[in-house]
Amino acid sequence: MKPRVEVVALDCLMVRLFDEIAEANMPWMLAASESLRAAFAGHLIDLVPSYTTLMVHYDLTALSPAQARALIAEALIDLSPNASTTGKCHVLPVWYDLSVGPELSLLSQRSGLSVDDVIRRHSEREYQVFALGFAPGFAFMGLVEEELAAPRLNTPRKKVAAGSVGIAERQTAAYPVVSPGGWNLIGRTPAKLFDRERDGYSLMQPGDTVRFEAVSHAEFINLGGDDTPLEAQA
Amino acid sequence: MSRLFIEASTPLCLLQDAGRFGVRHLGVTQGGGLDWRSMSWANWLLGNGLDAPVVEITLGGFTVVAEEDCVLALAGADLGAQVDGEALAPWRSFRLHKGQRLQFTRPLLGARAYLAAPGGFDAPKVLGSSSTVVREELGGLDGMGRPLAKGAQLSYCGSDLILLRELPREQVPDFKPDTPLDVVLGAQIGAFSGQSLFDAFNSVWTLDSRADRMGIRLLGTPLEYQGKPMISEGIPLGAVQVPPDGQPIVLLNDRQTIGGYPRLGALTPLALARLAQCLPGAKVRLRPVVQDVAHRQQVEYLQRFR
Repeated sequence: MKPRVEVVALDCLMVRLFDEIAEANMPWMLAASESLRAAFAGHLIDLVPSYTTLMVHYDLTALSPAQARALIAEALIDLSPNASTTGKCHVLPVWYDLSVGPELSLLSQRSGLSVDDVIRRHSEREYQVFALGFAPGFAFMGLVEEELAAPRLNTPRKKVAAGSVGIAERQTAAYPVVSPGGWNLIGRTPAKLFDRERDGYSLMQPGDTVRFEAVSHAEFINLGGDDTPLEAQA
Repeated sequence: MSRLFIEASTPLCLLQDAGRFGVRHLGVTQGGGLDWRSMSWANWLLGNGLDAPVVEITLGGFTVVAEEDCVLALAGADLGAQVDGEALAPWRSFRLHKGQRLQFTRPLLGARAYLAAPGGFDAPKVLGSSSTVVREELGGLDGMGRPLAKGAQLSYCGSDLILLRELPREQVPDFKPDTPLDVVLGAQIGAFSGQSLFDAFNSVWTLDSRADRMGIRLLGTPLEYQGKPMISEGIPLGAVQVPPDGQPIVLLNDRQTIGGYPRLGALTPLALARLAQCLPGAKVRLRPVVQDVAHRQQVEYLQRFR
């Protein structure tokens, strides 16, 4: 790993750690995040991690671009992947059903697997949270098996229900709030993914791991899920 | 406490402050007043902190009636403001007596006006800010991200014992679109074709009507990115991103936190303030600037608010 620092705005620098998405990036990303937060301390406005990069937005009234670069260089000296920064493990209950996950049939056709097998394969793997973005608490997770991978819909839906679980390429995610979206929907979780009353707000953080657990309609309702079919919400 | 009753409003009239910070790693957008410069002057006129909550009025259609005697300040666009039918020019603090009606009619110069109150308008802080982000259901009067609605009340707790003042003429920002918008060069700029770099900074761009608080699209000669497809990464305020159709989009306060389109760099804060006051159809030019120079200019400008 050879980090590069690039100018992206007057008061933002991009720290590029990797060139490819990989599960093995995460211990390095977490270590670099921690180290950058410590180095910038009160002069950090926001640190935006993504798959391979960390964007540092610093206080321009406190630091010049040169000073910010120096802090970054210092923070990344002798960086080593921190084994203790492994994240939490979440189990997200999902009601997999055509009424809330209409692309179950599409994924089944594409893969030649039965709908039950699509569900089984999606829920038996443990996924890593790579990044949060798109909406508060929206976690990009991966990697799903090649057979379940599918491109985004040609025409995104104007309205995707909160809790909807989807697949795009080899990533999977759940929509925290109602929003437009183009992912292939396969089910719905009753879990509250973003909660302004929760410490840390977002259920999932980069570096966490997630497993989906198939639940029955009754369990889904018991857990507070909303089973309104997707079409009825459009 | 002093109150204003909202008699008319639109989905483009929003409570805003300097924005929501420290939560972007969770996918929460920045938010905040689009023309930070006018918003800051509105607060400055009342001796407020520059980040106190204000009302951002885009294009007009906003009317309030004072339920008690109030002191307010107005900065930014001239949206044909009237107090009981009499014209009120921006860049001043003023009294609105009990029963008087303040009305914003139509854009005469600029696009966004900022109305401030002593100590800032009352609103809960959600994730550290009162900025309204409708899409994220955050901020605003009720904390749920709703625009200011007819029938609601605005209140403030600051003191009305304030000397009324006008912004000195030399400090009033120029809203004419002929000054080029400075772009801090960076990001993927090296991966655009030479011709595209020439076009980016030598042609005239027209502001598309497809514009909102997330971004403003620029129409003109398409730009050609020759680099590899990108992996999504953090998007700074003002990023000039170029989607496959080659028509740049300047990303604003309510942008998504990460994205995968290549960028030329990012507009400076002063350029963003000017862009926020341009209406669809306006012609703008882009001008390259290096980070150090832009940084010095911004630090110098901020001295003015002392």
